[in-house]
Formats: sequence, structure tokens, C-alpha cells
Amino acid sequence: MWELLKNLADWLTSGDEWSGTAGIATRLLEHTQYSLLSTLIAALIALPIGLLIGHTGRGAFLAINLASFGRALPTVGLITLVFLVSGLSMWPVYISLVALAVPVIVTNTYAGMAAVSPEVKDAAAGQGLTGWQVLWKVEVPLALPLIMTGIRLAVVQVIATATIAAYVSFGGLGRYVFDGLAQRDLVQVLGGAVLVAVLAIAVDLALGGVGACLSGLAGSRAAQHAPSPHGAPGQVAPPHDR
Amino acid sequence: MNSVDWGWIPDHARDLTILALDHMATAGPAVLFGLLIAVPLAVVAHRVRALRGLLLGISSILYTIPSLALFVLLLPITGLTRTTAIVGLTAYTLCVLIRNTVEGLDAVPAHAREASVAMGSSRTRTLLTVELPLALPVIMAGVRVATVMSISLVSVASYIGYGGLGQLFTDGFQRNFTTPVWAGVALTLLLALVADALLVAIQWLCTPWQRGHAARTSAGKAA
Repeated sequence: MWELLKNLADWLTSGDEWSGTAGIATRLLEHTQYSLLSTLIAALIALPIGLLIGHTGRGAFLAINLASFGRALPTVGLITLVFLVSGLSMWPVYISLVALAVPVIVTNTYAGMAAVSPEVKDAAAGQGLTGWQVLWKVEVPLALPLIMTGIRLAVVQVIATATIAAYVSFGGLGRYVFDGLAQRDLVQVLGGAVLVAVLAIAVDLALGGVGACLSGLAGSRAAQHAPSPHGAPGQVAPPHDR
Repeated sequence: MNSVDWGWIPDHARDLTILALDHMATAGPAVLFGLLIAVPLAVVAHRVRALRGLLLGISSILYTIPSLALFVLLLPITGLTRTTAIVGLTAYTLCVLIRNTVEGLDAVPAHAREASVAMGSSRTRTLLTVELPLALPVIMAGVRVATVMSISLVSVASYIGYGGLGQLFTDGFQRNFTTPVWAGVALTLLLALVADALLVAIQWLCTPWQRGHAARTSAGKAA
């Protein structure tokens, strides 16, 4: 065990491992690119859906059930399928990672929107705000903490799963996991895993900071006047039954 | 060969059934053990504020480890056995299970807890007869997410030979044959659907006081 940790430390701190086109720095960059681009595409798909069903209240049951269904989609299966159909391209990687992130973002965005109390929306509409204004000036700022939670959860999952790019012969930190597995080199596998975990935590914390800033900006306008539905997944206050 | 060979599926019905059962033999225990570990830890996190951040932090970090790497790293300890697959998946369920249980306990109204204490119940009795039952809907929302996630993740364990339906993905990949992959994806979704429906039924049976508005609240909570 001690030996393994020592070798791991050597591997992680060796200048040779970090440099070059197949070095850690390159792999880290590739991994970040796959993950952030996938999450961005997923957010562009999922946010409008979540906001729409949250704002109108229509289709929520269907969308939420489809989203939980989408979570069951096995990423390994999806990437294999797209790979066999499309051949060697980046499509399998991006399609399977986007499919992983969309349900998480939709569910949390909707949960954030559903937690905005009806009184606040009524009050805003009563003051003469249009539907768009209610959405952008009241609902989105109040739902923001949960929306950000969804994006953070999605990005962590995507970063952990982007190792799979190496399965279809691309780069990223998954190379160390797959190559280490093939070469029976436990240090390489462990090194890859540590780097992925560190990257996930770093991106999560960075987004947490961004979220706090955004909430701070939005909060100075709207959030003070209503209970803020801040928090983590599953923590959503149930829609009030009165 | 990219079109689905429909004849392949009935020809392999027996194999597919065995793989599906094998799939559940890994995913089921993972959620069960996850729950057995998560609930006591969540009770501790709920009561001892100082430990809350630590427990939630550790479970979140576990969640960031790539599943394949986790299985490989467990190999020297548990070997090429089903235990490796179950331990790995259990680790992933902890994040959502601990979080939801803590939040469920937090959301128990103080008056319910106080009433129980005022009636002379001990802390343990209050926990078992008042707090946990009232937290059940939120806990079950977590169990549902953990179950669906585990069923979807089992396929990664095919690298160590316990991937259940995931074996079909490796098989299709190696033979450049899409039919088993389609079958594997479809059956995984079906298993998740059936398991989720069962959990909803269990929750309905366990929370008679919730009936009528259970569907609405659980939909919002399944984050």
C-alpha cells in the first residue's frame, strides 16, 4: 500500500509524465474540453426545457419521468452503439456525455422553478409584469441556486464519465485508466483516477463560486423578498399543498 | 452490420434472462448495502453538525472517482468477484442516499419531534417511529435515484466480468454487431423502469398518510 502511494506520488510529480503530446497536461486539457463542451451543449438543451415546463407547469410529469428514464441509459452501451453506427469520430463521446448531463439539468431546473412560491409569481404578475418578465426577473433568480446545483452535479458526473472517451480510442484522462488496465499498471490507473477526481472537485468548486456570485447579483434584486430555495439535489421543498 | 437482427433476440432469450438476473444480483445488493450504511451515517450527520460537512464531503468525493477506475482499484483487495462490483456501486449510492436522508430528517417538523419527546419517547424511539417515517418520502426519492443509477452503472463492471447486461456491449463492440448492444440498452432501461415502479409501490404502501399528494411531491423531489 505504502509502496503504491509512493509510486503514485512519483508518477504525479514526474516532469516527464506531464510533458509531451501524450503527457498529463495534454490529457488533462483534452478531458476538460470533452467535459465542458458536453455540459455546455447539455445545458443549452436542458435549460430551455426545464424553464419551459417550470414556467408553464405543463408537461412536467412527462418530462420528469423521461428524465429519470434517461438516467437509466447505460453510458457504455450508448457509446458502443453510436460508435458502431457512426464509426471512429467524436460523436460517440459527445452524444453519450450530453445524454448523461441533460436529465440531471432538466430535473434540477424544474425543481428550482417548482419551488418558487405561487404568491411571489402572482404578486409579480399583479404588478403588471409580462410572462417573460416574471420568468427572467422573478423565477430564474429564485430558482438559480437549484439550477446551478443541477449544472454542478451534471459536470461532476460528466467529468467522471469522460474517461470513457479512451474506450473508443480518444484521449483524456481515461487513457491512463484503460492503458493502465491493459498493462496491469495499477499506479497509472490510480493516477488517472486521482486526476479525474481532482479535476471534478476543482470544476465543481469553481462553478460553486460562479453560482454564489450570480445568486448574489440576482439576490440583491429579488431573492430577499421570498424564501430562497437554496440547496442540493433532492432538497427541494415540496410544492406547497394548501 | 448496423441494422438490428431481430431473430437474434428470441434465439438468445435464455442468455438475456440470465444476464438480466445477473444484472440485478449486482445492482440490488449495492443499493441495499448503500442504504444500510447511509442511514446510520445520515442520522449522525443530522445530529452532529460538525460531522455533517465531513460525511457529505467524503461521499461527494467518492462520487467523482471514475467507476471503471474504482473497480480496477478494488481488484487487489476483493479480486475478480461480484463483491468488487457491489462494493464499487455501493460507494456511488452513498452520495445521494446520505444527502437525501439528512435532508429528509432536517425537514421533519420540530413540533412532531417535540410531541414525541413530550410523550416520553426516547431519542431512538422518536427516530424510529417519528423522524424516519416522516423523512421516508425524501429518502425514497434518493433510493429511486440510487437504484436507477446503479442499474445503469452495472454495465461498467463488465470489465471485471460482472457487468450483467453490460457483457452485451462488450460482445457487440468486439464483433462489430449492434443487435446485442441494442438489446442490452433496452433491457437495462426496462429493468430500471420495473425497479422504479416497484419502489414507488413500496413507498405508497409504507406511507399511507401521504396518499393523494405523494405523486406530486415525489416528482419534484427526484432530483
